[in-house]
Amino acid sequence: MAELTDRPFPPGSYPVVVVGSGPGGLQISYCLSRLGIGHAVLSADDAPGGMFRRWPFFQRLLSWTKPFAPVARTDPAYERYDWNSLLAEEPENQALMAAIMDGTSYFPSRPEMERNLETFAERTGMKVRYGCRWTATRREEGADGVTFVVETSDGEYRAGSVIFAVGLAEPFKPQTPGIELAAHYAETRAAESYADKRIFIIGKQNSGFELASGLLQWARRIYIVSPSPAKLSVNTRSLVGIRARYVQPFEDHVLGGGVAIVDAAIQGIERGGDRAPLVVRARPTAGGDEMTFEVDEVIAATGFVTPLLDLPALGVATVGQTRLPAQTPYWESASVPGIFFAGTISQGAAGLKKHGQPANSGAVHGARYNARVLARHIAKTRGVGNTSTEPTGPAIPPDRLVDFLTAELESSPDLWHQRAYLARVIGFDPDVGAVDRGVVPLAAFVDGTGDDGRGDALSLTIEADGTGSIYPVVYTRRGGSVEEHVFEPDPLLRYDTSAVRTKLEEIAAGLRLSASAG
Amino acid sequence: MASRDEIVDEIAGFALFADLTTPQLERVAHVFEERWYAEGERVLRQGFSGSAFHVILDGDAKVVIDGNDRATLGRGDFFGEVSILLGEPPVADVVALRPLRCLVLDGGEIQPFLTDNPAVMYRMLQAQARRLRNANRWRS
Repeated sequence: MAELTDRPFPPGSYPVVVVGSGPGGLQISYCLSRLGIGHAVLSADDAPGGMFRRWPFFQRLLSWTKPFAPVARTDPAYERYDWNSLLAEEPENQALMAAIMDGTSYFPSRPEMERNLETFAERTGMKVRYGCRWTATRREEGADGVTFVVETSDGEYRAGSVIFAVGLAEPFKPQTPGIELAAHYAETRAAESYADKRIFIIGKQNSGFELASGLLQWARRIYIVSPSPAKLSVNTRSLVGIRARYVQPFEDHVLGGGVAIVDAAIQGIERGGDRAPLVVRARPTAGGDEMTFEVDEVIAATGFVTPLLDLPALGVATVGQTRLPAQTPYWESASVPGIFFAGTISQGAAGLKKHGQPANSGAVHGARYNARVLARHIAKTRGVGNTSTEPTGPAIPPDRLVDFLTAELESSPDLWHQRAYLARVIGFDPDVGAVDRGVVPLAAFVDGTGDDGRGDALSLTIEADGTGSIYPVVYTRRGGSVEEHVFEPDPLLRYDTSAVRTKLEEIAAGLRLSASAG
Repeated sequence: MASRDEIVDEIAGFALFADLTTPQLERVAHVFEERWYAEGERVLRQGFSGSAFHVILDGDAKVVIDGNDRATLGRGDFFGEVSILLGEPPVADVVALRPLRCLVLDGGEIQPFLTDNPAVMYRMLQAQARRLRNANRWRS
């Protein structure tokens, strides 16, 4: 059993324990390592990739990587156009996805995404203890503070901080009578096995429309049913709603092609008679008579929940049907300090969610930036790693500040992808002048948490209002009170214009004045 | 944590949704998003654009204007609609007094929701009328 002795991270004590080896686990482990934070990475899987080792069924992702973009792949700004590569500081490990794709689509195939993540893990020398399943969690209070004990199939791990990057991985079905007669999305078979069948899909999220899209040429009829109307991302102007790639069943429906999309509350599923194996009863939300659907198969595309095991018993508060943990802006459990979340679960920290627009924390292209900020936060606040890496750069000369800010607006992929969630903070110190304090969660800045709420400062974000406009917003803090400055949207997203520069100069001048007066 | 079925049971007793049928309540549970706020967390921020409509499922919140506490809100109460209807930033902070669970609807979705559910619009109007009457009484 050479394999067993070669496996990294034997049970024991570590400064930090990370659970999970999907993109979230890999990215946070990379970022912790860069800051010299010792940690063990544990995964029940036997290879990296997480959910991308299995899903999506119909083979292509919803997130693009553009082989040709307005900037070169070697430029950090390229990350704006590449939603799938993990972040690395070494040039040779950046933008891995683009080089792996075969060029037939700008949406990578599932196997290409899996290879992207495997390549990242391999090239960055990532160590993971695979085949090690997290089974339970305990919290112990000792003389030197709180220790978490992570029980696994290999033994016990102890750490002051634990980061769970376990994905939204547990299939969820609602409590509808007869739901046991429905298969879950996760149990979908090969498309051809649905040939000439009547398929009833519960749910109008992307997973339901992904299945319907994949079954269009196979199914005899497709019904897509849930109480609320289908939202389309092109209408919400965000990642909320059905993505353009999966809109074809919607067009089939509105053109009378045989797909039916119905707003109705499902009352129950029963076994049928000679005419159909299954019968579904539903009541239209707009009122009217109960409807019955005679079908061959029912598939519950009703989503996934977070596999938190016993964390709720430990006090970890969760939100909504997806059981996402409630989190601080720094992705720490809002109810159990010391427990953190990375990867897609980091979407449980909603931030300001201005105009209803979520950050992209649920996707790789958002969560990867959260990981970088989280690693720095852990280094700074949890007494582990190299805290000298805190990014307080040299003072920015007054005549360079506007250039610095417009350069940020033009290129910063973290601000572009984590709109109204992550912000670049510039502190105004009476003695030193303007200082780059790095990227932090906007909520930490505006609500004045810890160091982020200290001193006169500005924070720079990119935001969107759901009308299709994407524009900069600056928040200034003077004498403890925070003010919002919204910039005019530019249709070509150019934010180095003279109008923007003038407004930035005015804002900066106000802060300099107040800092020198202080 | 609550499943949508549990949320339907929770909101069935709220005055705002009192006239809705069960399928309509199910739609509310689908259209609104559940959010959780820690004690002391700001839910609405005075002067910031882009707020949302909140209905309290559990917990208490205080309304703060320019640093002064003005009112306390509890289970079944709602807030955020005034700034959305007027298209202006909120004139108050709303701060969670203890862990607060809310159903939340984004500002942009309020108009279609209310026109699709006139019974909710009528109940909201009644609540506004009551607030206006109380404010007038207080002034006179």
